[in-house]
Amino acid sequence: MIAETCVYERPVGLTAAHTHYCPGCTHGIAHRLTAETLEELGILGRTIGVASVGCSVFAYNYIACDFVGAAHGRAPAVATGLKRVLPDRIIFTYQGDGDLASIGLGEVLHAAARGESITVIFINNAIYGMTGGQMAPTSPPGMVTSSSPGGRNPQQMGYPIRVSELVAQMEGAVYVARRSLHNPTEIRKAKKALHLAFEHQIAGHGFTMVELLSNCPTNWGLTPIESLRWIEERMIPVFPLGELKNVGGGRLKVEG
Amino acid sequence: MTRELLKGNEAIAEAAVRAGLDAYFGYPITPQTELLEYLARRMPELGRAFVQAESEVAAINMVYGAACTGRRVMTSSSGPGISLMQEGLSYIAGAELPAVVVDVMRGGPGLGNIAACQSDYFQVTRSAGHGDFRPLTLAPATIQEAIDLTGLAFDLAERYRMLVILLVDGNLGQMMEPAESPPFRQREPSLPEWALGGAEGRPPRIITSIYLQPEALERHNLALQAKLAAIAEREQRSSGMYLEDADLIVVAFGSAARVAQNAVEAARARGMAVGLFRPITLSPFPSRRLARLAPRARAFLVVEMNAGQMIEDVRLAVGERAPVRFYGRMGGVEMLPDEVVQAIEQTMHDTRVTKNGARRLDVEVRS
Repeated sequence: MIAETCVYERPVGLTAAHTHYCPGCTHGIAHRLTAETLEELGILGRTIGVASVGCSVFAYNYIACDFVGAAHGRAPAVATGLKRVLPDRIIFTYQGDGDLASIGLGEVLHAAARGESITVIFINNAIYGMTGGQMAPTSPPGMVTSSSPGGRNPQQMGYPIRVSELVAQMEGAVYVARRSLHNPTEIRKAKKALHLAFEHQIAGHGFTMVELLSNCPTNWGLTPIESLRWIEERMIPVFPLGELKNVGGGRLKVEG
Repeated sequence: MTRELLKGNEAIAEAAVRAGLDAYFGYPITPQTELLEYLARRMPELGRAFVQAESEVAAINMVYGAACTGRRVMTSSSGPGISLMQEGLSYIAGAELPAVVVDVMRGGPGLGNIAACQSDYFQVTRSAGHGDFRPLTLAPATIQEAIDLTGLAFDLAERYRMLVILLVDGNLGQMMEPAESPPFRQREPSLPEWALGGAEGRPPRIITSIYLQPEALERHNLALQAKLAAIAEREQRSSGMYLEDADLIVVAFGSAARVAQNAVEAARARGMAVGLFRPITLSPFPSRRLARLAPRARAFLVVEMNAGQMIEDVRLAVGERAPVRFYGRMGGVEMLPDEVVQAIEQTMHDTRVTKNGARRLDVEVRS
């Protein structure tokens, strides 16, 4: 008789639904890491997620916690409303770059400035996925998209916005990290970052954000394997990985 | 309870607090700013949530988030801010969340001015956002009524899981008059069966307003419309004076109704059979009662501090049964009772019954 050992199973934080994401898309990895983190920290039952507009609009069908769908870019404001009336609950947003870095830049910066004790999971794939591959504020210079057909020309179309660097400047932000989902080593680091972000929230320290560099094989016009290489070669030079801020309960005290 | 000299904006804020307001999210804009300022002090001292948002867009989305828990939440603004909130108002309507919004109207369009005006009637009652819905809209004419309707607004929002807008004009927000605040309502915060609070011990809940299948969205919209129809049946509110024998009925809401009331009294003193009909709910519009009055009255005169917005609802209610005239001032110019008396006289004159018993044609009267 051969003993069977299960080494890898569906986390209880993930529903059994099949996702609508394109083959090779790393949203599935980000969902799994989020679900595992909520489960491992024992907070799944008191967590409320805020879904964004974009490819991840249906995140609530896949991550097994209470969820609300927010308007485009407004998830940090919606999360603020939730957290202020239910301060003992764990609140996170799950937003793409079109949602967070473009229309929702104001909401995320101000939520960070206020030190809202929420966690923002920022999926940065440098492109608008759901609407069919338009230029995002995070598209690197030279990137060809449906709205930058000759490649992003910074003189005409501006430069990419490094949101994590902006957010990390906010005193209310206590933990900001940029990780990537393009290889197993980085995926493990991403999981660690999510753990730390939620642990800060559980402790009530302030605003936390984890940016995850992700792919979009469909709109990038690459195979899944090529797209992971593209993250490494084209995105990481623009969006360097690392922990930008980790200050625990170290929010500045206002004197007087 | 004692009557005190209360400022409209502050009286509404305190009424909301006493109705059990759990959270307020807002942004400064004249002429409603005292509401935000009052709650900036009052909410924290009661251990309740207050956030001055970075924009009206953020404020209404904070309301949306907090409303997902079934708590009593509110924001306030004025026309330009309400325009920015329309995105969130539509989401609140689509997701069937209870929320109260106070619109202290100013003159428009555009940046306009900060004088008292009633120019947001269409904006609020027709839809208040993209899509296909109508919020419940309450229009007080005195500070006491504003206080009373604030409490009612929360009850209606909760009863119907519905957006309720308290439509106030700059006059009511800024003036002071004697009024009585209601007693504190004791409410135990609890999570309604539909609300979000964490899925411990039950399947996860989702609050959203997306329905990708046309048939599913139509079903959802039909349900929303059925709710509106039930509200239209049950919640029409209005008040009136001298309606029993009125040849001419003046229809006005809010501050314009107070001017119209003076005008009606003056016209009565001169022997004219004039009455006043004052809608309190603008949506649902009190068309049932108005329609009942239509066969008896010779004419209707709608008086508004705008270019003529509510007149459309009056015309829908009255139909072809009587001519409906309009008198209004715009841009924050407040009409005087004498102007309204003149409009009453003119309307009475123009709508005299002719020899063959037919009414004369309705011709627009404007200042």
